[in-house]
Amino acid sequence: MSAVMITRKVSRKWEKLPGKNTFCCDGRVMMARQKGVFYLTLFLIIGTCSLFFAFECPYLAVHLSPAIPVFAVLLFVFVVAMLLRTSFSDPGVLPRALPEEANFIEMEIEAANGNVMAGQRPPPRIKNVQINNQIVKLKYCYTCKIFRPPRASHCSICDNCVDRFDHHCPWVGNCVGKRNYRYFYLFTLSLSLLTIYIFAFDIVHVVLRSVDSGFLSTIKETPGTVLEVLVCFFTLWSVVGLTGFHTYLISLNQTTNEDIKGSWSGKNRVQNPYSHKNIIKNCCEVLCGPNYPSVLDRRGLMLEDSTSPAPPAASAASTHKSSNPVSQTTKSSAPLILNEHTPDEAKPSIGAGPQKSTSSPKEEKPPSPTSPNAVAPAVIKESAH
Amino acid sequence: MATEFHNLQELRHSASLATKVFIQRDYSDGTICKFQTKFPAELDSRIERSLFEETVKTLNCCYAEAEKIGGQSYLEGCLACATAYIVFLCMETRYEKILKKISMYIQEQNEKIYAPRGLLLTDPIERGMRVIEISIFEDSGSTSSSSTGSPSSGTAQ
Repeated sequence: MSAVMITRKVSRKWEKLPGKNTFCCDGRVMMARQKGVFYLTLFLIIGTCSLFFAFECPYLAVHLSPAIPVFAVLLFVFVVAMLLRTSFSDPGVLPRALPEEANFIEMEIEAANGNVMAGQRPPPRIKNVQINNQIVKLKYCYTCKIFRPPRASHCSICDNCVDRFDHHCPWVGNCVGKRNYRYFYLFTLSLSLLTIYIFAFDIVHVVLRSVDSGFLSTIKETPGTVLEVLVCFFTLWSVVGLTGFHTYLISLNQTTNEDIKGSWSGKNRVQNPYSHKNIIKNCCEVLCGPNYPSVLDRRGLMLEDSTSPAPPAASAASTHKSSNPVSQTTKSSAPLILNEHTPDEAKPSIGAGPQKSTSSPKEEKPPSPTSPNAVAPAVIKESAH
Repeated sequence: MATEFHNLQELRHSASLATKVFIQRDYSDGTICKFQTKFPAELDSRIERSLFEETVKTLNCCYAEAEKIGGQSYLEGCLACATAYIVFLCMETRYEKILKKISMYIQEQNEKIYAPRGLLLTDPIERGMRVIEISIFEDSGSTSSSSTGSPSSGTAQ
């Protein structure tokens, strides 16, 4: 008779979270899976600014003013801080419904629908609520098993419902939602300023130096200038345009998602019930509103009882449980091979979300609104699948 | 924390969980956090309507205060922006402070009012601020009134 060890493994909740996010620093950092474009953004910003500090700043500090590099440094630090804040924070992910809540909602829906004749399609799962004298439809999310709050939307890339979903931005490698929208806006705004700043002072520098030593020798002395000007020129149009677009959205208290879908436009449609009809008030609400805390408990501790003597491999044990210690009695017999498909056999009967298979990429090519996924998805071992 | 959890387990073993009721969000005032005060039928025999409504109304007030857009939130926002939001690494936001207050309030309500009636409130933050979950335990002369608020074993963040 073999002795069975009952081990209690303490893990953090982020390891078991459904959805396609990557987590770093023990759950403190949360990003989307595909991060290639984010690295490109970081590289472009840091690279261009380094060239500026190396080539232009010494000359400008001496010949014009030392305030120029100082202000550039401050702006650069602010841009990077905003970028990291946008990329690393929880955009406002709504956790999926636990089984009891999901069942409760199902029962409510069935009660509301009454008897559906066999063969007839059941009516769509929509709830109507009245907000500010307008009727807003709340849709049911089949993945998360909840009725989405107003303005929330399900991101197919991250496989999460996000509150006040704006869009999924590959440049920052994360969704933009309620919690990080203001950081995103400040990032685009400060990046516009930084781009204009560098572009302007590049021109000033070239002009000043050319007066002394001629244009060609200026380019030879500071070859970085050409690169900077190119990068800034192309960045300028897109980033300044984006900033302008988001300024427009903020003044109307709309999200990109609502704008694209045309939720509040057109005569027959509902007017935006969230707008205060006052540009200042709308801006204040979006930019100076309270800082919403994350409702996704990433760093909470979870205790798991494991009856198998096999070494507990955290990544292979990705079952659907996000709730409290329910003992896993299923994985007792087979030797634990670190195979991606093992958990499918050992799936407990509570179906909290059918989509969460392990790291096999099921829907790896979702439509991205801004730019195509540049880099192949990086498989991160510490992720929560 | 370990001892509280242990007591709650005892409650769960001695008084078995009958069902759970979920109080949904009330979106009539927009996207602010507010819960419906409609009294669920399942609680009819367990608790007085006024007590329940009082609890939900107090919670709604606390959330409204946390989400209020006024002088203090502007100040906090501008100060944080000026420091590139680095100040939030060391400082707690106003919302977080109020959430702590709410958590204490729910714990107190559970101890004084709900646990003696075989009910248990779950802090909405543990359910994504979507619902107030009320667990209804079968009346088996339970009243191990040392039960406390949050049933989760994790630290809410």
